[in-house]
Amino acid sequence: MKYEVIVELKEEVLDTQGRAIQQTLQRLGHDRLSQIKVSKRFVLDVAGDEGQAAALVKTLAAEHLANPVAETFSIRKL
Amino acid sequence: MDRNRSTGNPRIGLVQFPGSNCDADCIDAMKRLFHIDLLPIWHDTANLPPVDGLILPGGFSYGDYLRGGALASCSKIMPAIKKFASQGGAILGICNGFQVLTESHLLPGILLKNAFQGFICKNVQLAVASGTSAYHERLAGRSYKVPIAHGEGRYYVSPDELKRLQDQGQILFQYCDEQGQVSEKANPNGAVAEIAGILSENGRILGMMPHPERASDTLLGSEDGRFILEAFLATVL
Repeated sequence: MKYEVIVELKEEVLDTQGRAIQQTLQRLGHDRLSQIKVSKRFVLDVAGDEGQAAALVKTLAAEHLANPVAETFSIRKL
Repeated sequence: MDRNRSTGNPRIGLVQFPGSNCDADCIDAMKRLFHIDLLPIWHDTANLPPVDGLILPGGFSYGDYLRGGALASCSKIMPAIKKFASQGGAILGICNGFQVLTESHLLPGILLKNAFQGFICKNVQLAVASGTSAYHERLAGRSYKVPIAHGEGRYYVSPDELKRLQDQGQILFQYCDEQGQVSEKANPNGAVAEIAGILSENGRILGMMPHPERASDTLLGSEDGRFILEAFLATVL
């Protein structure tokens, strides 16, 4: 089973990459662009039944893929 | 405490991960300044040799993949390091070593990409924050010129956690100007509250982004790192 985990910085934490990309593109004249946020996408292929797989993905996302001090994550089954 | 019997020096381990690259600098500085031979410890072992203290050096363990220090925090050696820490062991984490300590939850917070993206390599000035730890008592009263070299050095904790760190005197170093004034202007990476180095609750674990081992000789532009390494040794002894 495949799952997608998206990890992004919390709203209150400065996303320096997003800001740099956004400012560069705005400088090119894309004035309708108001914000870009950068996130990380992980695709996990996990064996086992769906309940076990989903639980493992949640554990891995919470304990390793995201650092809860500054990041949040969301999980989607592919 | 288990001492190196031939010299009476403390036994200090130097934990090496794939991608550590300031290990030789630490070995050289400790040998030259204090006649201490650091004991290299490769990450791929479950047991620590008998040591009185540990240094986690700078570098780019595992290429900084995932987050700086994140994969190293899962190394085979880490449970033994956590046990050493729980017994009150003295640990100094420098730069990537600091990142490994936060990712291992031995120190609070996280080191994020610098606020202005780029990798920064330059001397900075460090002020000693208020606190009552052995480090504070030994180092207070002046500032220290020490280089930084990092792309992910922006220390971050939530406002609540920051208040807790301040209340408990766990902040050791803050970026300051040459007059010793802590200011946002002197902060090179956007770290919250200009934080450059923090201590564990028991004051035995120090994590810092600047490199004291690179400021250990006048030829390197500063000898101030010596005082910081001495303060670490004082916690070991």
